[in-house]
Amino acid sequence: MESYENKTTFAHDDSDVVVIIGSGAGGGTLADELTRKGIDVVILEAGQLHKRSDFIADEWASFGQLAWLDNRTTSGTWRVSRDFPNLPSWICKAVGGSTTHWAGASLRFQPHEFRVRTEYGEIPGANLLDWPLTYDDLAPYYARAEDKMGVTRTNGRPGLPGNNNFKVMHAGAKALGYEQVHTGNMAVNSLPRDGRSACLQRGFCFQGCATGAKWSTLYVEIPRALATGHAELRPQSHVARIEHNEAGKVSGVVYFDADGNEQRQAARAVAVAGNSIETPRMLLNSHSSLFPDGLANSSGQVGRNYMRHMTGSVYAAFEEPVHMYKGTTMAGIIQDESIHDPSRGFAGGYEMETLSLGLPFMAAFLDPGAWGRDFTEAMDAYTHLAGMWLVGEDMPQERNRVTLHDSARDQYGLPVPDVHFDDHPNDVAMRNHAFERGIAVYEAAGAKKAYKTPPYPSTHNLGTCRMSASPLDGVCNGFGQTHDVDNLFISDGSQFTTGAAENPTLTIVSLAIRQAEYIAEQMAARAI
Amino acid sequence: MLDHSVSRRGFLKATGNTLMGTLAMTSLPVAILAPGKSWALELQSLTGRQGEVLLKLTRHIFPHDTLEDAVYALVVKDLDAASADGDVRNMMAAGIAHLNERAGGDWLDLDEDRQFMHVRAIAGSEMFEKVRSTAVVSLYNNEMAFRHFGYGGELGDAGYLQRGFNDLTWLPEPPAEASGPVYGSAG
Repeated sequence: MESYENKTTFAHDDSDVVVIIGSGAGGGTLADELTRKGIDVVILEAGQLHKRSDFIADEWASFGQLAWLDNRTTSGTWRVSRDFPNLPSWICKAVGGSTTHWAGASLRFQPHEFRVRTEYGEIPGANLLDWPLTYDDLAPYYARAEDKMGVTRTNGRPGLPGNNNFKVMHAGAKALGYEQVHTGNMAVNSLPRDGRSACLQRGFCFQGCATGAKWSTLYVEIPRALATGHAELRPQSHVARIEHNEAGKVSGVVYFDADGNEQRQAARAVAVAGNSIETPRMLLNSHSSLFPDGLANSSGQVGRNYMRHMTGSVYAAFEEPVHMYKGTTMAGIIQDESIHDPSRGFAGGYEMETLSLGLPFMAAFLDPGAWGRDFTEAMDAYTHLAGMWLVGEDMPQERNRVTLHDSARDQYGLPVPDVHFDDHPNDVAMRNHAFERGIAVYEAAGAKKAYKTPPYPSTHNLGTCRMSASPLDGVCNGFGQTHDVDNLFISDGSQFTTGAAENPTLTIVSLAIRQAEYIAEQMAARAI
Repeated sequence: MLDHSVSRRGFLKATGNTLMGTLAMTSLPVAILAPGKSWALELQSLTGRQGEVLLKLTRHIFPHDTLEDAVYALVVKDLDAASADGDVRNMMAAGIAHLNERAGGDWLDLDEDRQFMHVRAIAGSEMFEKVRSTAVVSLYNNEMAFRHFGYGGELGDAGYLQRGFNDLTWLPEPPAEASGPVYGSAG
């Protein structure tokens, strides 16, 4: 089992360290990459350390262990705001961040998805922008990320064996003529690797992978960074604000430790990777006389353009049993609809990925608020259900944003974030299309009845500190370096200019590898 | 309409602060899991009669005809625990009193159809929402429910790789290129 011993500790006034806020896909990867280069880092993680032997094979108990449950508020017309008003997102507060909970889908963005303003043109109400980097810029880093994470169907690694849920998807998809149907590109070991086992098909991907078959920074990057002697991990360190000096460079990070005491860690540079709600919240909470609207917010875009992917699920009941909960949660994919084909009535595309929920979460999420015989009929069919998640590109909109609440305060007295979201008409058109195609897949496989399940609390939170070529349009440049503050970096999905159709983790990891090279160069050149 | 389901149910009785019943043995997996044929729930904050109303109300909100009262009693248990808070206890009592008032005295005495008519009328009320939101977790988050509905629960902890993760045979097998080898299996 992995060691989490800090071989090194750094003084709080040591201003040579890079402080990384967050230890998930972005922060954990950055820590690994920087320490490999001999750069000293302090990792401030708000959550506790739960080793993989601590994971719980029980949906609600695990949710209590891993989920980010600090108070948040919601507004807007999205249904999550009605059903789960204080749970806009389903992400984690733990060492390893949401890589403890993710399902492992590791897809590259498509080349055109880096330049959607050019490809899609002007879409009313959408704040579209091309990324300041291209697919070709990122391609070598995608390759390194795939290798690091052990992604199936890359580098000669076999696909995972298809489970029952995949067999249903595959049969329906083929009957409809879909061609790109397989068990996915998953950061889940199809063969043992790096001392971690091959997938045992437990079906608790969302609850933390006890065998370590699924890649997570918790047991890959973080222990590796600590082993170098260049990293110190401080769990239960909840960041309040980032401080700067008179020259406008960041100089330290103020946080609350496990005992609730305020601490300050000096820093040569700061990388923020708290996921797309906490990252802008920290910048907004760091307002000062020099940065009255929040740190690095001269564009006014901090917190704006919040994206959560177009999502929805289809569950369908069959005459014969399926037992979808047996085996990997995301067990297969249909990629044919991920193209940009405006003849379908919307811009962008979507992926169709199998999904399964255990009985407790099926009850909670199938149709939140529902009751009566329609609901219980679906639950009665539990063993005969197959399920898929629909995930596609949603439109960035300025009004979809994370702001600081006027009066609500968290356990540290800090303003809580409010998450506002309204679907764009393009999102609605895409969801309707995806529901129709998802149902068609299952009907082609013989479904008796299909259920449209509305979006869950957001797992893909993106765009709230976006990259832009011009400092007027966004918060950071193509390396995640903020336009306003040279030694402040955005290192998570907040930096996404647009969301693309694919699950974001592989791109977050690839950007972090690329960013680490850039930070090392900038430090070597004494630019920061 | 639903009278037959009553007879299939076990015996249910409330006395003082206790709710007790017997298993109807409608679900063999649950019967095997149960330590005995009868069960009793001693309530701390609610009366036995209130518990009986809440159990019956939960059956109307989430009707599973063959699911044992013993599983529904877990919802009553959680509502009782929440009623340790005086505000919740008063709200539950008022909601139950309102239901009885609507029913002209005793809602439990009505037949199933008439009971349900009043349940529909109070849908969305504070008491109804408390019962629904508690039940949607409690009813489906226990070992007996897992057995009844056929979910593996923590039995999956050891992994289904050698225990049926791909045992579906009523559809064609996906070709090898769309799937992958089962680790540890020859061929």
